[in-house]
Amino acid sequence: MAQVSRFCPPRKSCHDWIGPPDKHSNLQPVHFYIPENESSLEQKLRELRQETQERNQQFWANQNLTFLKEKEEFIDSRLKAKGLELRAESGQKATLNAEEMADFYKEFLSKNFRKHMYCNRDWYKRNLAITFFMGKVALERIWKKLRLKQKKTSN
Amino acid sequence: MAASPHALSSRVLTGWVRGCVWYLERRALQESPRRFLHLLRNVNQQWVTFQHFNFLRHMYVTRLNRSFNQQIKPKPEPVPSPFLEKASLDEAKTEIYKMRPLSPPSLSLSRKPNEKESLELEPTPVIEGSIAVGTETKEEKQWKEMKLRVDDLPGILARLSKIKLTALVVSTTSAGFALAPAPFDWPCFLLTFVGTGLASCAANSINQFFEVPFDSNMNRTKSRPLVRGQISPLLAVSFAACCAVPGVALLTWGVNPLTGALGLFNIFLYTCCYTPLKRISIANTWVGAVVGAIPPLMGWTAATGSLDAGAFLLGGILYSWQFPHFNALSWGLREDYSRGGYCMMSVTHPDLCRRVALRHCLALVAMSAAAPALDVTTWTFPVIALPINLYISYLGFRFYRDADRKSSRKLFFCSLWHLPLFLLLMLTCKRPAAQGDAGGPQS
Repeated sequence: MAQVSRFCPPRKSCHDWIGPPDKHSNLQPVHFYIPENESSLEQKLRELRQETQERNQQFWANQNLTFLKEKEEFIDSRLKAKGLELRAESGQKATLNAEEMADFYKEFLSKNFRKHMYCNRDWYKRNLAITFFMGKVALERIWKKLRLKQKKTSN
Repeated sequence: MAASPHALSSRVLTGWVRGCVWYLERRALQESPRRFLHLLRNVNQQWVTFQHFNFLRHMYVTRLNRSFNQQIKPKPEPVPSPFLEKASLDEAKTEIYKMRPLSPPSLSLSRKPNEKESLELEPTPVIEGSIAVGTETKEEKQWKEMKLRVDDLPGILARLSKIKLTALVVSTTSAGFALAPAPFDWPCFLLTFVGTGLASCAANSINQFFEVPFDSNMNRTKSRPLVRGQISPLLAVSFAACCAVPGVALLTWGVNPLTGALGLFNIFLYTCCYTPLKRISIANTWVGAVVGAIPPLMGWTAATGSLDAGAFLLGGILYSWQFPHFNALSWGLREDYSRGGYCMMSVTHPDLCRRVALRHCLALVAMSAAAPALDVTTWTFPVIALPINLYISYLGFRFYRDADRKSSRKLFFCSLWHLPLFLLLMLTCKRPAAQGDAGGPQS
């Protein structure tokens, strides 16, 4: 489930690039730009974002695939219990309506509650850390630019 | 048939391009002669199609290079080649950041493949699958540069701040202001309007900031700006701060401290209580209902400077309205909530969900009767509001009994027109100010 992107941005670009939603996790992967003179703070930020992206990707891809799998199993077991065929005469897969699926939705949600709690805490911490570092990096860049301007005007 | 495309292209194009186009034509004709002919007919009709052949040239030079060098060179600008499938053309159309009108004489043939300028889209039908566009190229074309363009910023910020929801919130505040027993003061009203609007924008932006991976996984929310990387989290938070600080300041010092405090409290309640609570407990719905009830309270306190019974009645009306509105909406989203990990009554306690919706429909009837008793409106109001109140209660009952998608949708759509009509009727039946009423707008 680890996403290996074959995307390679054009050499002239000095920004990050964002891709289409992943088919399992629905998250849009980001290809991070590494500048030539990347500072240690910028590197830390990039690595944090990369790691967060990978963790989120893994979690949600797994979550969605598990959901689909368990949904199928639930439908199959319910249909069998009803004594119905899994496929109608037309060859289409038989499904249950929303009211019948309600039991599955409730069960799935409560089963995954603790996982979500952990994921939420982790995500909030990381999101705040990333934003905080982005702020620091922005200030660092502004400071560098000002110093460069000072040097130029003094020269 | 085979002769005319060749003749046509050699007339239109330079010799340099001819080789690439020849290659293109051979492949196209193998796969879809009719469509290619159609495209070339369009070449004659429109100058702008000259662009297509330029891109054609670039595309095929790139592709030939790739096949020699085994290198992937995706196009940076989100412009379709004529040989993309129509589906991705539509997709690219919606995702174009910046468009520039074409001026064919100014175009140079020596344009490099990787230039970032956008070009006008050609609305003619394109060849579908005529050239075997590899899936990797199609996927590559969906990659967007995360560069914020100033032109897009207003639209992005509007979506980030949920501008339509903000408009609804501000209108409930205005209703509270108008219904308050105080002379209508325009400057105060405008300050309240703007202050509440800014506070709502800030709260909505922070909400989206917190929910990025969850929003990606729900159909309703997957096109939000942070999800799609159109704006960075830092910018979103900065925008929220730039709305919250002036908004609350405006309310506190331009209107009165009570209104400012309510505004600040509401931002906190929405972002730090409701948003995380959505994934922890079904209590989030009740907290969310309080969040919806506070704006009319703010309108009232802005006009009168105090929280009295009438204010709480208005707040209570908005509070009760949230339940039939939201519970009915959530009935159709159960799958997304379950998969996404949202704790909603409709998933965990479906009976409670419908019972609460019905209960609050009936509460609305009771509160419209309380309105004249509390001197907010005249006794005409509960009488003329009775038909719509009975109707929503009937739909609430049907939802409670039938518990299906049809009844939930009917209740939801009814709630959308019920509230504005209800507030309008209240306004028309507002109790006229008594003689010597000294209700001052500001403290």
